[in-house]
Amino acid sequence: MASIKEQFEIPGRLKTWSYSLIGIGGAVLLYGMFTKGFSSDEHEQVHFWGTLMYNTIFWTLICNAAMFFLSFSAMAQAAWMQSFRRVPEAISTLVPVFGGITLMVLLYIIFGHKHHIYHWLDAEAVAKDPILKGKVGFLNPTFFVIWTTLTISLWSLFGYRMRQLNNQADVAPMDAPTAKAFNIQSMVRSGFFLVWFGLTVASTIPWLWMMSIDAHWYSTMYSWYTFASTFVAGMALIALWVVYLKNKGYLELTNNEHLHDIAKFMFAFSIFWTYLWFSQYMLIWYANIPEETVYFKHRVQGPYKAIFFLNLIINFLAPLLILMKRSAKRNYTLVALMAVVIIFGHWIDFYQMVMGSLMKEHVELGVLDFGILAFFVGVMIFFVAKALASKPLIAKYHPFLKESIIHHT
Amino acid sequence: MAQKKFVVGCFDDEAVLFPAVKQVRTAGYKIKDVYTPFAVHGLDHALGMRETSLHTAGFIYGITGTTTAISAISWIFTKDWPLNIGGKPHFALPAWIPIIFELTVLFAAVGMVLTFCYLCQLAPGVKKHHFHKRATDDLFVMAIECTDKTNTDDLLALLKANGAVETDVQVAEEDWWFGTYDKEEALPA
Repeated sequence: MASIKEQFEIPGRLKTWSYSLIGIGGAVLLYGMFTKGFSSDEHEQVHFWGTLMYNTIFWTLICNAAMFFLSFSAMAQAAWMQSFRRVPEAISTLVPVFGGITLMVLLYIIFGHKHHIYHWLDAEAVAKDPILKGKVGFLNPTFFVIWTTLTISLWSLFGYRMRQLNNQADVAPMDAPTAKAFNIQSMVRSGFFLVWFGLTVASTIPWLWMMSIDAHWYSTMYSWYTFASTFVAGMALIALWVVYLKNKGYLELTNNEHLHDIAKFMFAFSIFWTYLWFSQYMLIWYANIPEETVYFKHRVQGPYKAIFFLNLIINFLAPLLILMKRSAKRNYTLVALMAVVIIFGHWIDFYQMVMGSLMKEHVELGVLDFGILAFFVGVMIFFVAKALASKPLIAKYHPFLKESIIHHT
Repeated sequence: MAQKKFVVGCFDDEAVLFPAVKQVRTAGYKIKDVYTPFAVHGLDHALGMRETSLHTAGFIYGITGTTTAISAISWIFTKDWPLNIGGKPHFALPAWIPIIFELTVLFAAVGMVLTFCYLCQLAPGVKKHHFHKRATDDLFVMAIECTDKTNTDDLLALLKANGAVETDVQVAEEDWWFGTYDKEEALPA
């Protein structure tokens, strides 16, 4: 393996891009924070903190999706992804970073008593409200703070332990018993992550962080919907980095067979997302109960109409039609293009999930949203590049590596 | 109903089969097909077969199913026999999506099965020549088409040199036919 480029060197242009995105985005973020976030006008406050909130939650969850991908692959003893496993590993190192930002924003909202974002923070209103009273065991500041802190810490911890274990695969060749023990250990550690992932991303966390904005409304589909949205965007982010590294001449062991499987995930989970979208929408539409339809009223018939249907077009129709063909899934340019479309589409999805509930009267998608998005993209590029450069790109003694090299779809 | 001469080589190992396929093809012979007891990964590429267009056909069947469902349901519920169901609009698209989806899947599935059978020339009563009965058991059977210029002795030698366990020359019907076999062949012991 002497000819393999194992060490990623961060190209100057990537650094420039990440610094300028962080610079521009950070400027918009700070400007927004001082003019809107700390202004006395509640509408402005909601606008800024809501925008920051959906961005940070979105990026935390899609980076966490990379660790979910590694964990379920380890649990299923999947070998095909070993040749590019450094990419999801590098993306997952962002969970503590973005998780930290999310935690700060959410704690600010809770302790700053922003009841215009979380209506259930208003103790007086809850006391007079039989529905909110019934939910008070779940929707209360104490539980929110403890569960959020615990969630982000354990995601980071279990992810860290998964990555630590894998360092063994860089050191020395493993004999059969060592490799077996390594594999079992990897399944055990991924098990911890997966169970915690199920208890958080696939259930409680989307309820707490986002669904509770509409404190009266609930949907049993909501968490799975959020999970599907972030998982497909997470796969798209992995695809984007794989294509980028291939383009720079790295990851020689990854070829279009691997790309085909990544793109299958993007394709399949776009359909899965649509399935959940439809299941949530259709049941509410059919039953037509006012306390349920309230969520969709201003989205389908109000100012969010355009975004609502755009969401369906870019997250369902575009991946369905463009990624359907086998040759499309094996084409680096097309997969990279669709990855950008999917990430943007699910970012828009998060926009309408959060801002659609916070600012029902008008859509103010603009400089603030794109500025904060730029900030997060810049931070993401910076840390992923740093993490990629910190380790060899191939875990060359991993027991599954050979199976990945000869992978064939 | 054209009879044709074939040279048949039988292999008992995939690892031997692949280089043999390559050798026979580079020597310029035309392989009619390789009959295997199970699907062999990559053999289609080794044989230089083109990518199947079965999935394109599947897409077209699926689209036909979608169109059929949308046009039929919308015609029935808005023009032919409008019913008031729970106060919903007559054009109740969300409620139709599951049926549209099901019809898409049904058309695509049935259409693809029938197309697959057509492409493989499979149907009740259709008979084809078996080059070797053990192709359904444990033998990879390569049938090579002969022309007037083919030197069968050379070809047989080439097959043997490349690890064929059994070789022979057969004059056989190359297409399918309706009816019966001339004689029922027993499996070699």
